[in-house]
Amino acid sequence: MARLKLPAPPKSLNPAPKRPGEGNGTVTAKDAAKEAGVTVVDWVDERTSLSGPARWLMFRKVPKGTNWFYTLGSGTMFAFLNQAITGVFLAMYYDPSPTRAYESARFITNDVFLGELVRGMHKWGATVMVILIFLHMARTFFFGAYKYPRELNWVIGVALVILTFVMALTGYLLPFDQRSYWATIVANNITASGPLVGPYLADFLRAGPEFGATTLSRFYSIHMLLVPGLIGALIGAHLYLVAKLGTTAPPWQKVDDLSAREERA
Amino acid sequence: MADRRQTKSKYTADRGIPGAFEGETITRRRFMTGTVHLTGLIGTAAIILPSLGFALGPMFEKHPEPWQAVGAVDEFDAATYVPKVIVIVAGIGQAGKSTVYVRKRDPKIDTEPQDQYNQFVAISTRCMHLGCPVRFVEAAGRFICPCHGGVYNFRGEVDGGPPVRPLDRFYTRTRNGQVEIGPRYSVNSELKRFSPRDPGETLDGIGPYLYPSRPSVRKLPGT
Repeated sequence: MARLKLPAPPKSLNPAPKRPGEGNGTVTAKDAAKEAGVTVVDWVDERTSLSGPARWLMFRKVPKGTNWFYTLGSGTMFAFLNQAITGVFLAMYYDPSPTRAYESARFITNDVFLGELVRGMHKWGATVMVILIFLHMARTFFFGAYKYPRELNWVIGVALVILTFVMALTGYLLPFDQRSYWATIVANNITASGPLVGPYLADFLRAGPEFGATTLSRFYSIHMLLVPGLIGALIGAHLYLVAKLGTTAPPWQKVDDLSAREERA
Repeated sequence: MADRRQTKSKYTADRGIPGAFEGETITRRRFMTGTVHLTGLIGTAAIILPSLGFALGPMFEKHPEPWQAVGAVDEFDAATYVPKVIVIVAGIGQAGKSTVYVRKRDPKIDTEPQDQYNQFVAISTRCMHLGCPVRFVEAAGRFICPCHGGVYNFRGEVDGGPPVRPLDRFYTRTRNGQVEIGPRYSVNSELKRFSPRDPGETLDGIGPYLYPSRPSVRKLPGT
């Protein structure tokens, strides 16, 4: 198989050569800063060879007809990053014990500086993420972008959508108000009503036969450690395959141009 | 290829490998590869197995279910229910408490066999559809669930809506003139006792096999 040439950065990014007589050999602060930047990048690149992968990732060819629908995946990822960042800061104040959880959530909303905003970003961001991931999935489906050779990426995407639901479910309990509590009871009992494995799965989620002292911290740990790690890893795999396989043209894009060019040749 | 393998001796010494011992059949490279893999396997298992046991342990752990006194014997009659709050899980505040409806056994309507544990009938408020809290509506003489419209009759049997079995009950007994509430048990549509099951799990027909009893909670012996 022929090796594909790494895509080159667009010409517009290349610095224009100096005109004769320009600057007259004096080094301006701007030149020095540019030189320092290049030196640092060179130093890293010489030791990691990262410029190749960076060019591979950033200067890919995209098909004609690429449009705004193709941004839904990035949109979902940014919603996830929003959740990750606000989540880290919420965790600084949140206390996952059954007697303290509600009080600590109330404290975040009412007393912490910008707490209401950050909690709101996390709460509404969760809804936005679920909506975006569905739109992204619909785009992939209706554009036929799940077909060969992209089936594996569809499978990874389905795993990501399920993990997003797990996040939504486990996160719902954390405010620990009446709605959270009863919604979790109901969700757990839906799990338990699955035959044979259901009762054991529900016991695993609850850490016992009843909603107990460690159920909340178990949900918290799944919500902030286990699943985000998995989602992060799978997003990496998802993006790698997108970069590796390239994106599809929209289904309405005609191939006429290409065949006409071949005929002319 | 097959022929070449056959001509090879299994002894490393015969194969002219430098430093081979007499009678040695495994090359040192193979031995080292195997040892490293085995060490890695043991190391991984040493991390994974305890963690897994740690996470799964609570599924098998038995919890103490102490008898809780809820009131004097003469507080309860057979005509209606008295709501009482008991502790289901200790140490987690309000989240660990639950309401129980208690009345005296009425031989005219309570046709299930009588024994030492049902002189008083204690009905759990956990709806057997998905676990919402039911309440006893005096005027209707029925238990009604606010979530999805489950309705139970005076004995806790399903009258309508989505619930799959009658309301759970608790063992009761009398000590020093006080009615005491014990562990929970589930019942099928004939009010036969089963070990506690989660809501949504039917106990009629093949139900008890589809939703097996859990290792952590059992019925009281002999019931």
